[in-house]
Amino acid sequence: MKINELIDSHSELTDTAASKSAVVLMTRIRLARNLAGQPFPGWAKDAQKREIRDQCMQAVAALPQMKRGLAIPVENLDELQKQILVERHLISRELCHAKAGAGIVISKDQSCVVMVNEEDHLRIQVLRSGFQFKKVWNTINTLDTDLEEHIDFAFNPQLGYLSACPTNLGTGIRASAMMHLPGLVISSQMEKVVRAVNQLGMAVRGLFGEGSDASGSIFQISNQTTLGESEEGIIKHLHGVLNTIVEQELNARQKLLETDPNKLSDKIGRAFGILQNGYLLNSGEAMNLLSLIRLGIDLNVFPDAQRAVVDRLFIECQPGHVQHAAKGAFDPAQRDVLRAARLRSEFAKLTAPDFTPTTK
Amino acid sequence: MANSLKCDLCSKPATVHLTQIVNSKIHKVDLCEACAQAKGVTDPSGFSLADLLLKASLNPEPAGEAKCTSCGFTSQDFKKTGRFGCPSCYEHFSKMLEPMLETMHKGSSHTGKIPQRAVARKSLYERLTQLETELDLAIKSERYEDAARYRDELTQVRQSAGHKPAP
Repeated sequence: MKINELIDSHSELTDTAASKSAVVLMTRIRLARNLAGQPFPGWAKDAQKREIRDQCMQAVAALPQMKRGLAIPVENLDELQKQILVERHLISRELCHAKAGAGIVISKDQSCVVMVNEEDHLRIQVLRSGFQFKKVWNTINTLDTDLEEHIDFAFNPQLGYLSACPTNLGTGIRASAMMHLPGLVISSQMEKVVRAVNQLGMAVRGLFGEGSDASGSIFQISNQTTLGESEEGIIKHLHGVLNTIVEQELNARQKLLETDPNKLSDKIGRAFGILQNGYLLNSGEAMNLLSLIRLGIDLNVFPDAQRAVVDRLFIECQPGHVQHAAKGAFDPAQRDVLRAARLRSEFAKLTAPDFTPTTK
Repeated sequence: MANSLKCDLCSKPATVHLTQIVNSKIHKVDLCEACAQAKGVTDPSGFSLADLLLKASLNPEPAGEAKCTSCGFTSQDFKKTGRFGCPSCYEHFSKMLEPMLETMHKGSSHTGKIPQRAVARKSLYERLTQLETELDLAIKSERYEDAARYRDELTQVRQSAGHKPAP
């Protein structure tokens, strides 16, 4: 598969979003793995990194799960292609900046990705739309075991899988869920939630990971510790915390409906108006408006079928996707025009909001 | 003497001199006014010399600093990057690592997945190497009965592991 085919083909996040899940948009697990006896990518010489990459990419691409997928060195991708992969949550920004010897293998359905020579030799990742930790863990566990057949991983019986950074030591696992939490944001409870989650040893990040903002009221919540607990234990623990957050979010929405239904309806209605008629929209604003529409869908103000459209637009209104769709080089201001045009055409078809469920 | 000191960060004449004791070790830093301001030294509440030392690595370790014999990575490199150089670093820097792991994680020993196949491969490889060494030794010291036994055992281990018998 070629990179452009992959970009234009259906992906797990943009097209399977038949997600019934009102709060959890996506489930993701990654495993950090390294080759025994080889320096980590940050310390290896360029020639060593290329050798390691060739060995890893060959082993990964040969896996049945990666059949007819894409395997490509990062230096063969242009900036826009990298940007699109980042926006789809397939690769990290760090990998984009890797100077030499980095590579990517992506499965045909874009649900399995292996980054080669990012911080670790291998970052194996599986993602699915919706709240599906069991399925994602089973998939990635099999992928990892299959890979072990061909690669000797750096492993120590006492410390587990050895990673470049000791924060990933042991299981090398990071399980995360992307959550849509407009109720908690609107009712100013997010700070409290973040503090509580941090105290439980878990991390809260914005949509695009470390240092990104939380536009669209979307947050990534993940485990932080990797040693001293089994993978199943870590996932179970996280799952419990996420369930509580889902409950809190639904309570917050209920409370908003009870205390100030007009304010909430107004926010949703205005978002719809701007999306239907706006002419300049930057990605942050677009995300925030889409977030309100998604909340409207959850509250039955808009038909349920619209959720998949909104989930797709969350990704397709990112700068790289806008640029790619318009086929050309545009500055941010031009992109804002293109983005607004796209959203106008998407929302022209949508039936007007029916506020009876929120105001009755 | 103090007048001739240069700023540790930019080599301008140093006017701020700091001494701090961290983990019962004395650290000294000399800074010019601009760098002291930039690093927040003038604000005692937001300033930790330890951080400054870590980030700017102004504190070259005394001779004999910890160094990984496999990859040449030093404890200074770790302080700079927060990452290790190779898997063997975990053994070489175990003393430095232990207290860190306790604060970083839930425990200090792995209770999760084990790469069964890789572990089996490794122990097989070690067994074969051991037998080969024993065989060589036996031949050299003309203990032919022992040598025959080792050879048979080698063949058996290789066969059970799916290797072709040695020609």
